[in-house]
Amino acid sequence: MLAPLFDVPVLGLIVQLVDYLINVLTVNGALILALSAPLALGAMCGVMNERSGVVNIGIEGMMLAAAFSGWYVASIVGQAIPADPSGVFGATPALLIGVLAAIGTGLLLSVVHAWLCITVRADQIISGTIINIVAFGLTGYLDLLLSQGSQPSGGKFQPFDPPQWLMDLPFVGWLFRMVLEQGPITMSVIVLAVVLQVLLFRTRWGLRTRAVGEHPKAAETVGINVIRLRYQNVILGGIFAGLGGAWFTLDFGSSFQIGMTNGRGYIALAALIFGRWHPVGALGAALLFAASGALGTAIRTTPPPGQLGDFLTSIPEQFFSALPYIVTIIVLAGVVGRSTPPAADGQPYEREAVT
Amino acid sequence: MRARIWAALAMPAAAILLALIAGAVVIILSSPIVTGHFDPLLPLATYSAIIQGSLGSVNGLVDTVVAATPLILVGLSVALCFKAGLFNIGGQGQFLMGAVTAAGVGAALSTAPPLVAVPVAILAGLVAGAAYGFIPGALKAFTGAHEVVTTIMLNYIAYYVVSYLVTGPLREQGASFARSADVGNAAIPIIFNQGTGHEAHLGILLPFIAAPIIWWLLYRSTLGFEIRTVGANPDAARYAGMRPRMLVMLTMTVGGLLAGLAGAIEILGVQHYMPAAYSTNVGFEAITVALLARANPIGVIFSGLLLGAMRAGAPLMQIQAGVPVQMIDLLQGLILFFLTADILVRKVFRIRAKGGGVDELNTVGRTYGGQTTTAP
Repeated sequence: MLAPLFDVPVLGLIVQLVDYLINVLTVNGALILALSAPLALGAMCGVMNERSGVVNIGIEGMMLAAAFSGWYVASIVGQAIPADPSGVFGATPALLIGVLAAIGTGLLLSVVHAWLCITVRADQIISGTIINIVAFGLTGYLDLLLSQGSQPSGGKFQPFDPPQWLMDLPFVGWLFRMVLEQGPITMSVIVLAVVLQVLLFRTRWGLRTRAVGEHPKAAETVGINVIRLRYQNVILGGIFAGLGGAWFTLDFGSSFQIGMTNGRGYIALAALIFGRWHPVGALGAALLFAASGALGTAIRTTPPPGQLGDFLTSIPEQFFSALPYIVTIIVLAGVVGRSTPPAADGQPYEREAVT
Repeated sequence: MRARIWAALAMPAAAILLALIAGAVVIILSSPIVTGHFDPLLPLATYSAIIQGSLGSVNGLVDTVVAATPLILVGLSVALCFKAGLFNIGGQGQFLMGAVTAAGVGAALSTAPPLVAVPVAILAGLVAGAAYGFIPGALKAFTGAHEVVTTIMLNYIAYYVVSYLVTGPLREQGASFARSADVGNAAIPIIFNQGTGHEAHLGILLPFIAAPIIWWLLYRSTLGFEIRTVGANPDAARYAGMRPRMLVMLTMTVGGLLAGLAGAIEILGVQHYMPAAYSTNVGFEAITVALLARANPIGVIFSGLLLGAMRAGAPLMQIQAGVPVQMIDLLQGLILFFLTADILVRKVFRIRAKGGGVDELNTVGRTYGGQTTTAP
């Protein structure tokens, strides 16, 4: 519909670019939302941690371990209780128990992180690093051992099948396809982000969490139990990381590969920062990052015609992959809009002795 | 003095011991899958295979030192930054930038006389690493952007830069996979080779030169005193007339230099070309190396050799005991866990001696939040 403007000098190129971007984003909408799911879930785990003053760079390891345990448990249960995929998302007992196992793994590693950060008062960055290294080593070890007996897959959730007329609607059809043609974990992400946003900014728990993250001493003087609240938040944050892990092996794919999270936990950290420690902001950042990757791929496979195509294909594909990281540094440095972490983020809390 | 040495060694030794015990539990539990039956003695076979593979022969010793070389150099980088209250997780990226630059320059100089090609290629890698360390240093000094996040981001950016360079401008035509051209005459001379595939290059001597230099810098020079003061208390350092901004940038730059050097000699001494997907975990292993040595530069030599030995012994472990090499990653993670959970270790071993952690780490966490203490 923008075609008549294509031949205008200079402006024409910009219009072509916009047209191409709209085209890529609408065609790939469903994939972009799916790929943003683990980033957004990881970032929500980070929100729970960092809003109450605990840095978590162990999201990567938590998701990796959850991806493994979810896959493995689903595989075992699938063999014990064979079941046909049900009508709702193709769910089977194996898949549901797998998701629970993944969430349990996220919770378990979060307990370790909480204990090291809050009780031991260890450096929180080292604690996260430990989780990453142990998760990588343990899942790699177990995967090699188990794949010798070539463990069968426990299957995966099926995407929802929305009615065709809905997706064929003009202008908004692609949006329905993007949001509805998804597996259950991806679909839940939008809801979870909104719920967490409301909880964080509209409830007593949220206010307390933010108070503890900004100024724990002040929070303690008005009677908030800082230690307990931090434990609670860090551990519950593990649910999101666990769900993010389950996405890899039960929703998006159905098999486990060593190191398959492949830095997605760190991009989640970037999304958290780019989204300024807001759940909905983090989801937006995750979508943007996923779109950047999709754009890089689209330019290789279906470049736009003419001058614009020549220009876009001359940009290395790697640039689009690296873009989320570059943007995060720029935002963190405050060059374009400042992003500041909660004031007490990263600082162990020591209760003053009662005399 | 004796008490101090005891205190310095007790915690790392206890952490390693507990990690080995915890690792043994994992091995015993998984023994039915490894050997087909429950085997409580499998950990002994595993650990003895590691020792045999790393220390049991001349070839094993060579492999150990070669594997330890990058670990020590990047470990020194992490340790030095710890002393300034900085957490350099960017060893990975700095290593990669040093490696790809040395590979590019080395390939360009592959027909030049070795006396020119080798030093120039090493220098190029070292400068690239230093520049890549300077970026997070400057960002921290002038904008307060925390180095933990910026270096993690820079690690991935480095990965994509390498991927771009090696699949693009540096790609060797006709190679069956994406790689840069051979470095030819820029290869670091081999000083040990028995024709068994286990060889050592001259670069293995560098850690033993670099570690004393970093030790001297930290403990015998004015600059080192200032670095340590900034690490211990940035506010006090500023009141004493030191310049925390300059020191932060300088320390990160030297840290990047060490990691870049490691990358350069790994390419010029071992690999001789740069593959597009260079797989390394050196940046994270170096954190364990530095913490195991409590950020002491001389101690880093020993902790680096220990982790190098574990790497060198891993193949034999997999062959003899059937335990996958990933066990080494797990053991390293466990060592780091027990080093960090020092209250647990102290309880188990009833260690009363003070110390064991890296005190400067307190500053690292303190500066993460909005209340930056280094930014003026």
